[in-house]
Amino acid sequence: MIQIKEEQLSVEEAIKYVSYPACGGINTFVGTVRNSTKGRNVLHLEFEAYPAMAILELKKIAERAKNEFGAFEIAILHRIGKVEIGEAAVVIAVSSPHREASFAACKFAIDTLKNTVPIWKKEIFEDGEVWVSAHP
Amino acid sequence: MELKILLFGITKDIIGSSPHTLNMDGNTVANLRRMLIEKYPKLAGLKSILIAVNNEYADEELVIKEGDEVALIPPVSGG
Repeated sequence: MIQIKEEQLSVEEAIKYVSYPACGGINTFVGTVRNSTKGRNVLHLEFEAYPAMAILELKKIAERAKNEFGAFEIAILHRIGKVEIGEAAVVIAVSSPHREASFAACKFAIDTLKNTVPIWKKEIFEDGEVWVSAHP
Repeated sequence: MELKILLFGITKDIIGSSPHTLNMDGNTVANLRRMLIEKYPKLAGLKSILIAVNNEYADEELVIKEGDEVALIPPVSGG
């Protein structure tokens, strides 16, 4: 299950999607919006995606999670648009017959997502806004 | 060759609205990169700038053809 959407993300939906009788473990990662960065108060975040390419890159991650990390099933959901403090910006759920694979595949998925998937985060402050990681 | 380039994130702030139309000299990704940085020097100040052709990250030698979907990919920051 790969989704990029403006509506709130459902952890339960992701868990339900990866639940199988053959699996004895489900690992979830929920990335939420923090209220500060480098000591500055963040009001909210805005996410923008290149949807067609982001879906393709997420599918590549899902395939590798299964083929190289032993995930049985994986769900990756990413929010776009305005996301408030405390809300989930990303949800990943991974199932596997034994727990080690679901931990490893989940970590692989979030680490790779942050490096390769064309999605951009803008932090909105009281006195300005910044595209995250744009400059060295 | 006239190219329409999709812009996202900070590249929209630097270049303008998306898609951006550009008359390209040469036909490789490297040519396009050089042209864009000459015209918009602020692009050189970014941590990285990748170019995607038809939804895939492209090598510098890749030849861009008429009708290809070309996008500028500034440093990603999802998650």
